[in-house]
Amino acid sequence: MSKHTLSVLVENTPGILARIAALFSRRGFNIDSLAVGVTEHPDISRITIVVNVEDLPLEQVTKQLNKLVNVLKIVELEPSSAVQRELVLVKVRADNETRSQIVEIVQLFRAKTVDVSPEAVTIEATGSGDKLSAMLKMLEPYGIKELVQSGTIAIGRGARSITDRSLRALDRSA
Amino acid sequence: MPEHVTGAQSLIRSLEEVGAETVFGIPGGAILPAYDPLMDSKRVRHVLVRHEQGAGHAATGYAQATGKVGVCMATSGPGATNLVTPIADAHMDSVPLVAITGQVASKSIGTDAFQEADIVGITMPITKHNFLVTKAEDIPRTIAEAFHIASTGRPGPVLVDIAKDALQAQTTFSWPPVTDLPGYRPVTKPHAKQIREAAKLITSARRPVLYVGGGVLKAHATAELKVLAELTGAPVTTTLMALGAFPDSHPLHVGMPGMHGSVTAVTALQKADLIVALGARFDDRVTGKLDSFAPYAKIVHADIDPAEIGKNRAADVPIVGDAREVIADLIQAVQKEHSEGHQGDYTAWWNDLNRWRETYPLGYDLPEDGTLSPQQVIERIGQLAPEGTIFAAGVGQHQMWAAHFIRYEKPATWLNSGGAGTMGYAVPAAMGAKAGAQDRTVWAIDGDGCFQMTNQELTTCALNNIPIKVAIINNGALGMVRQWQTLFYNQRYSNTVLHSGPEVTMPGSATEGTPRGAGTRVPDFVKLSEAMGCHAIRCESAEDLDKVIEEANSINDRPVVIDFIVHEDAMVWPMVAAGTSNDEIMAARDVRPDFGDSEDD
Repeated sequence: MSKHTLSVLVENTPGILARIAALFSRRGFNIDSLAVGVTEHPDISRITIVVNVEDLPLEQVTKQLNKLVNVLKIVELEPSSAVQRELVLVKVRADNETRSQIVEIVQLFRAKTVDVSPEAVTIEATGSGDKLSAMLKMLEPYGIKELVQSGTIAIGRGARSITDRSLRALDRSA
Repeated sequence: MPEHVTGAQSLIRSLEEVGAETVFGIPGGAILPAYDPLMDSKRVRHVLVRHEQGAGHAATGYAQATGKVGVCMATSGPGATNLVTPIADAHMDSVPLVAITGQVASKSIGTDAFQEADIVGITMPITKHNFLVTKAEDIPRTIAEAFHIASTGRPGPVLVDIAKDALQAQTTFSWPPVTDLPGYRPVTKPHAKQIREAAKLITSARRPVLYVGGGVLKAHATAELKVLAELTGAPVTTTLMALGAFPDSHPLHVGMPGMHGSVTAVTALQKADLIVALGARFDDRVTGKLDSFAPYAKIVHADIDPAEIGKNRAADVPIVGDAREVIADLIQAVQKEHSEGHQGDYTAWWNDLNRWRETYPLGYDLPEDGTLSPQQVIERIGQLAPEGTIFAAGVGQHQMWAAHFIRYEKPATWLNSGGAGTMGYAVPAAMGAKAGAQDRTVWAIDGDGCFQMTNQELTTCALNNIPIKVAIINNGALGMVRQWQTLFYNQRYSNTVLHSGPEVTMPGSATEGTPRGAGTRVPDFVKLSEAMGCHAIRCESAEDLDKVIEEANSINDRPVVIDFIVHEDAMVWPMVAAGTSNDEIMAARDVRPDFGDSEDD
């Protein structure tokens, strides 16, 4: 099994997330992470899905996704030619003794302290999954009180945009 | 000039404009506004069915017989959920269907209102696409898009759920509406390079097989298929969904493949060095155990749905396209190969095929006790049927016998539930077919188990002048399940006996030890059918067979039902047991064909 990152451009219609999520579960694929948001075009949303599958089943699920009427385009983003980011917000137990050590870890990982209270520090960090798990490992000994992570979002490197052609298709049909 | 109308009028006007001539349905609260203008429509005929499942299968039968989109209509909640089975059935068999359901008023959606069901959510996995309409102005565009999606590319069912307030609101109607489907672009034109590659393989193969599926019928490509087959001289096998796509009587036809396929067709695929799949999907009932299916074959796989290619069996030459365009292009490419002196020599292959065909033809034994043979009944119905007769089968033994012993020469003469295996399909599907093709004879070949699931539509047939003919192949049992119990469960017939109940166990009772109702006819299908306005006949012996079939064929002013009391131990052969390799095909019980390959075993 290997991780694959799919960028799926969809029409911004009600129920589209349910259609996509249901297709994955119906065909027996587990979604590692999922992030959805509107693109530069208000009628198009972009769903970034990370799946853990072999190449052949990946091809099958991509083809099945393509059959959904509201799906405009699917691109697999290779890690070598794309920027991938996750966001975490983590609340770490801190007192007068440990606070400075935690802040030092925050700086090492170029994260940010977004809230401080006498008993805890809340940290915001973005980066690749590897970087974030390394940071969390460092913070763990202090006591993680609460952790929230976003799904991965990803964008291809270089000047080309995967939305260009879909936008043209949308303009043509409008 | 836009017309000022209600949403409901807009819906009916839209149905008129897309050419929906016949709609099968039942009204109810949420869809009620639509039924008012429907009453006045001169162009849309509504057939009032007795159960929404009947409406769905009727629309499917209509679509399969006419090639047009079938339409069914139901109200919200249970009306809509009763359509789930026929929608799933149409999805599995790629039938163009539009289901229109009423929904509770948009403000009530999500409140568990009376007769509310999330039918869009429920049918997401079993439709090609579905819509929820909450604004009257969206109705014409949605109906146009629904019919377009249902009938183009790989056909399939589309559900349109319309909130009651959208039907009641005032709006304007103009046609054609502007449709907006930027994510829907089916590929129909095949890739020239792949076609050339396929033609090269066909002309260099020694043991090719054309494996033809339902896609060829849907693409109306049967004339092209005949040309391609005769041009190449390759054997043709037509799947259960493709019977009639190639004439059964044609010398190149080797029968149906699969679990109950002919020995020749199954073996041809197993021994082939090239399989050219046309609008077929390597279904498990065709391949048997997948990893031992056709081990020597290269695969050319042409389908309009790219997701089917490589799904079950990897393709050496994948071709995405409409079957008609694919076959037309293949003909040209093969002709070009021939003109360059490359022509396949299949002489040795045909020697093998003909030997298997002569040694293992389809056949059956007549029961020794003089009771009626179900295969003989079905064979005679086929032989005595007027030209152009459409046959609709339920699911089970009778379906397989109808596939084996009726000869299909033309497209759209065989309707059945192939993928979903929906018992109860036959009567409503036959009704839909007859409503769409009124000048043709329509025979439903049904089992007694299937018949008890959907027979109420005979009332619909009787009251709406839809004179179908129904043959109940009555063996008093769920025959196919019983066959598996005979073969794999030590003849323990758990809950497959339909003609009588469990044994009376009350001690001292006069009937202790005998099954309840034994020797009686519960239900009495003749009385039942008569009660529903049909002409009904019972037939129990072979001497009466031709007489009752001819009687049925001569009556055209009302539905006819014949209750054929047949031998209960008849079995469907050949058979590949579930989960085993197609190499293990049994021509008959305990008879494994000898292919002269025993040294390899």
